[in-house]
Amino acid sequence: MKLDSKIPDGAIHEKWSNRKFELKLVNPANKRKYKVLVVGSGLAGSSAAASLAELGYQVECFCFQDSPRRAHSIAAQGGINAAKNYRNDGDSVYRLFYDTVKGGDFRAREANVHRLAELSVNIIDQAVAQGVPFAREYSGLLDNRSFGGAQVSRTFYARGQTGQQLLLGAYSALSRQIGLKQVKMFPRTEMLDLVVVDGHAKGIVVRDLVTGEIRTHAGDAVVLATGGYGTVFYLSTNAMNCNVTATWRSHKRGAGFANPCYTQIHPTCIPVSGDHQSKLTLMSESLRNDGRIWVPTKKGDKRKAAEIPDNERDYYLERKYPSFGNLAPRDIASRAAMQVCDEGRGVGDTGLGVYLDFRDSIQRLGKDAIAAKYGNLFHMYAKITAEDPYSQPMRIFPAVHYTMGGLWVDYDLQSTIPGLFVCGEANFSDHGANRLGASALMQGLADGYFVIPYTIGGYLAGQKPGAVPQSHPEFGKATAAVQEMTKRLLGIQGKRSVDDFHKALGKIMWSKCGMARNEKGLQQAIADIQTLRAEFWRDVKVLGGDATVNQSLEKAGRVADFLEFGELTCRDALERRESCGGHFREEWQDAGEAKRDDENFCHVAVWEHKGEPRQAVRHQEPLAFENVHLAVRSYK
Amino acid sequence: MKLTLHIWRQQKRSTKDNFAQDGKMVRYELDHVSPDMSFLEMLDVLNEQLTRKGEEPVVFDHDCREGICGSCSLMINGEAHGPQSGTTTCQLHMRSFQDGAEIWIEPWRAAAFPVIKDLMVDRSAFDRIVQAGAFISVNTGAPQDANAIPVPKADADKAFDAATCIGCGACVAACKNASAMLFVGAKVSHFVHLPQGRVERETRARKLVAQMDAEGFGNCTNQYECEAACPKDIPVRVIAEMNREFVRAKAVEEPPSKKRVGGDG
Repeated sequence: MKLDSKIPDGAIHEKWSNRKFELKLVNPANKRKYKVLVVGSGLAGSSAAASLAELGYQVECFCFQDSPRRAHSIAAQGGINAAKNYRNDGDSVYRLFYDTVKGGDFRAREANVHRLAELSVNIIDQAVAQGVPFAREYSGLLDNRSFGGAQVSRTFYARGQTGQQLLLGAYSALSRQIGLKQVKMFPRTEMLDLVVVDGHAKGIVVRDLVTGEIRTHAGDAVVLATGGYGTVFYLSTNAMNCNVTATWRSHKRGAGFANPCYTQIHPTCIPVSGDHQSKLTLMSESLRNDGRIWVPTKKGDKRKAAEIPDNERDYYLERKYPSFGNLAPRDIASRAAMQVCDEGRGVGDTGLGVYLDFRDSIQRLGKDAIAAKYGNLFHMYAKITAEDPYSQPMRIFPAVHYTMGGLWVDYDLQSTIPGLFVCGEANFSDHGANRLGASALMQGLADGYFVIPYTIGGYLAGQKPGAVPQSHPEFGKATAAVQEMTKRLLGIQGKRSVDDFHKALGKIMWSKCGMARNEKGLQQAIADIQTLRAEFWRDVKVLGGDATVNQSLEKAGRVADFLEFGELTCRDALERRESCGGHFREEWQDAGEAKRDDENFCHVAVWEHKGEPRQAVRHQEPLAFENVHLAVRSYK
Repeated sequence: MKLTLHIWRQQKRSTKDNFAQDGKMVRYELDHVSPDMSFLEMLDVLNEQLTRKGEEPVVFDHDCREGICGSCSLMINGEAHGPQSGTTTCQLHMRSFQDGAEIWIEPWRAAAFPVIKDLMVDRSAFDRIVQAGAFISVNTGAPQDANAIPVPKADADKAFDAATCIGCGACVAACKNASAMLFVGAKVSHFVHLPQGRVERETRARKLVAQMDAEGFGNCTNQYECEAACPKDIPVRVIAEMNREFVRAKAVEEPPSKKRVGGDG
């Protein structure tokens, strides 16, 4: 597997300009001869589909939801970063770049991160022009707040619904192109395979989730914007139907998978209440602007929060990281929460929780001011827990939230399969081993609005439009393979439901490849997953037929992929013998702080498929830090 | 908790002439329900139980389970999204029901939302309304600086209040006329309160209303059921705003014909 990152020449701030100039162009009259398939309609997919259509390409866009507006980007709460420096507090493109590289614990590609920081400012302009109702001040100008891992206020927001508003912006741009017939939209359609012809991505196989029909679509290039794989843990803040299928099956067709073990555990989620639980709900990081995190100083203190005096409270983030305090990055805040719970100081019935307390802010700013900023989050918390966060602190606990790993892409966002581009959370490129808050929306939209429209032209300019017809035998072969898998899943008729297997996998992943990992646990996890996978193919029970809506069948395909992917994730975690960002190996630590090994692991791990997950081959893309010098991350 | 459920089961897709098809209410008994479960988690438990027994699980739309994607629906005891106001079905918890309760669960019922299977309906009519003009016609890359046009906070807040619509369709389901005016009104209101959105206000009002009518949604007779059912508390004032915008658009001239005036340069 050849890994050419195609990082452009020049100083860091010139690289993107240089690349844009180097890229070949497709003349406007020829653009309409090319067809691009965009899979996924979240921030990255919608923005890519709309922008490519505006340029004149024919676009087909696919999503499994009933409407492109429902993609899980919609659930992002807190905000989007941009180096606008509207606050005059010393922000700059370079500072956003620096914060992101450092926040990612020096495991991201510098050139990509700098481009992201450059483009951040354009996103805000674009969104405002689309009518995204960002929060404003009485002057009529845009408001900002702070997020973790930064000492400036650069986060733009729309109450606690920033993702929703940005997605509706991208969806409106996409809808406009659908109305103009530049985009053909296929909702309730799931991609089940990639068609590769002579080494190039030239089409996809999909299942119509209403009729069950297996169909193929041919295109001159394929863009995957299918999100992350957090649901491999079963319980996560992801939507129920988020999955790894599109990226995993592309991996099996030859796309390298990078850093699957980099998963983000978000520190502030509502704790698990019981076995029936199907998903976890995030409480936005923005709450840490005004909420203070604490646990009792004493072990097993069962008093109510209000009865515990200040001198018996441990505001442990403020204590351990005085300069960033409650705004320490996510990986650090999550580990700190786990530590205090391990010490027996956790709160709530299960002891797996810490307080996020607004008492002081309410006293200082008033209840109305807090309600104006976070009203919908407080409302959501109250609905789920039946507790009032205005009068007692929220109980929160870390939960799987985002995945930094994904398909490997070069600087142009092209995977190791020519013609297959990957955008948003589905790729690995910008966040290293830990993503900073409010950077996911930024990356999804930067990729879709401002990167892919340029870089895909560079690829298409060298391709003859419509070169591979749908009648090519590769389409037939891929279709047959999908049909065969469906038949197999429906034919097993075992005893255990799909959810049952998914939960079992989630338990293995969370206990052995979650917040803290070690050699022995990971080896055990790999063995356990192999056993579970074998059992799945022997004993899963999928009812119903294939020519109708069949949600069990949909899930079965996704869980089958997770059962392979989970093993690779554990292998990746096992082979990365260091701690960095969200990847915490117990063997490599400095009193609870992650200890990197730059000498041996300053690289991207890229896995090549060779049959079974245990046979996958690990390749390396070395990372060079020419601008931000490798150093131990300190937020103290 | 112990529950008796009556659930609408329908195999065949609704058509114009035969909306109910083979559908019927089917009774299920469910035990060991925890009050901390969400309504959809309760249905997950039922589906697990059905699967074990070899019966096909109940089909329903759901995804984010945190009240924002708008996938989930369900008429619960005749109320869209169930008894709790300002709450989607996925955020409704079983503590809102009594032990031993009997619960009737049906799909949204509206001619413009055909049932696909069981509790799953086709809401693509909403997408087509948006495609008709619920956007600002700006291409990627064109805009000026975000702070170049100040927007009074009160206007931005009003736009935001309308823009929080999640497109779930509860307003239509709750309305005896199956009117989509709360949904369409929310789109109109969102854009008309922003300077960027006012450029196309007339064409937008005209096109959205025309598409809404073409989809077969009914009209508003001021019962405000939509507002009561809306999980995001979209106020009925948006319907008044839509009506105002529509009348305003009628009052000003129809748009010029497609024939170009002036040279092409």
